[in-house]
Amino acid sequence: MAVVSRGFGGRRQVDPQVPPGQYRTDDFPVLTAGPTPLIGTVNWTLDVTGVDGASHSVSWQQLMALPVEDVTVDLHCVTKWSKLGTRWRGVPVAEVLGAVGADLEGVEYVMAHSHGGYTTNLPLRDLLHGQAWVAFEFDGSALAAAHGGPARLLVPHLYLWKSAKWVNGLELLREDRLGFWENFGYHPYGDPWREQRYAGD
Amino acid sequence: METRSARTLLFSVPDWTGHDPGQHVDLKLTSEDGYSAQRSYSLASTSSPGWVELTVQAVPGGEASPYLVDTMQPGDELQLRGPIGGWFRWTEDLPGPVLLIAGGSGIVPLMAMVRRRIESGVATPFHLSYVARTPDHVIYTNELATYAQRCSDLTIERLYTRAGLPDGRRTPGRLALADIPGPSSAFSADVATAPRTSRTRVYVCGPTGFVENAARLLQERGHAADAIRTERFGPTGS
Repeated sequence: MAVVSRGFGGRRQVDPQVPPGQYRTDDFPVLTAGPTPLIGTVNWTLDVTGVDGASHSVSWQQLMALPVEDVTVDLHCVTKWSKLGTRWRGVPVAEVLGAVGADLEGVEYVMAHSHGGYTTNLPLRDLLHGQAWVAFEFDGSALAAAHGGPARLLVPHLYLWKSAKWVNGLELLREDRLGFWENFGYHPYGDPWREQRYAGD
Repeated sequence: METRSARTLLFSVPDWTGHDPGQHVDLKLTSEDGYSAQRSYSLASTSSPGWVELTVQAVPGGEASPYLVDTMQPGDELQLRGPIGGWFRWTEDLPGPVLLIAGGSGIVPLMAMVRRRIESGVATPFHLSYVARTPDHVIYTNELATYAQRCSDLTIERLYTRAGLPDGRRTPGRLALADIPGPSSAFSADVATAPRTSRTRVYVCGPTGFVENAARLLQERGHAADAIRTERFGPTGS
């Protein structure tokens, strides 16, 4: 039974495009645990580490040579804003894994690592089949540092903390481990349509 | 009311077991016809079992904050969830001096840290740089003045962006490099030689643009990126 807040009217705009508990914004708020790092593309690498511990690096040049996709997706941040119809360009994560010949046998989860030590865990299947990209352009321009540039993970069907900014590593895992926010009580999966904000939701 | 547009609200929450300064809560407001809206607000109080204190700044045209600041009356109810967040957090057992940089209502979680510092009686050096539009926009003004007089290890600096006081030595304007205390000035150790445990911990809270600027200046001033923790609040919707 919901508690009614007497005198609260609200906007009464229930938007079917926005998951429960979210509201629409046209801005693009920035939420990060620390300062924005400035990373160039010259020494940029993305390291894919297999379950055997062996690591393969993808350089910026190699990333740019992979097939790109242009996608228009909705973003949902756990802090309750949603931004609809955002335009991105990126390389599908499946292409990145394919490019380094990653062995996916027995791999169930992936820990994404970022410059600065941020991590977030995702099931491998959520990174494949056209659901996730290493994105490097937003709205037709190079991705700004504040939004995760030069490249970030983009996994729009999950809350935005899963779309790791300044991504520099994908660690393949047989078993799930908790990432940075997940260790602080945020949901291990984070589906906005099921409102999985915090552990136990 | 703390200022003309900010209000402190005290909620009785019988099963609230306490929290750490810097953490926040999720509020859910539901109207009589079942429409609801959720927002996050920082906790203003130190840990207080049974009570939750929030300070809310009304955002013109906002959905939740004008209700909380202007409409809600004693006895009215809402749904509350928390405490949430474990990263942007300070407790008195953490070593090293603390530098707090607040922009506008970003003072709220930092005030919880100041209050905990005072209540716990530890000698941790604190420096609060509080950036507000004008002296009229300063929240907790009397309480901050009292602490500054009472406590020698707590420095409070008010910086104004639009208009200051007649005797103010600083020209009003946005936060600049000269406003930022370095990692060693006023504090115990030099960043290069100090062990990590005695490094200055920096907490920055405010609107996105403010925090981006402050975090950049802090690094320019010599603070290590991994010593800076930030909490940003975006505009609350169109």
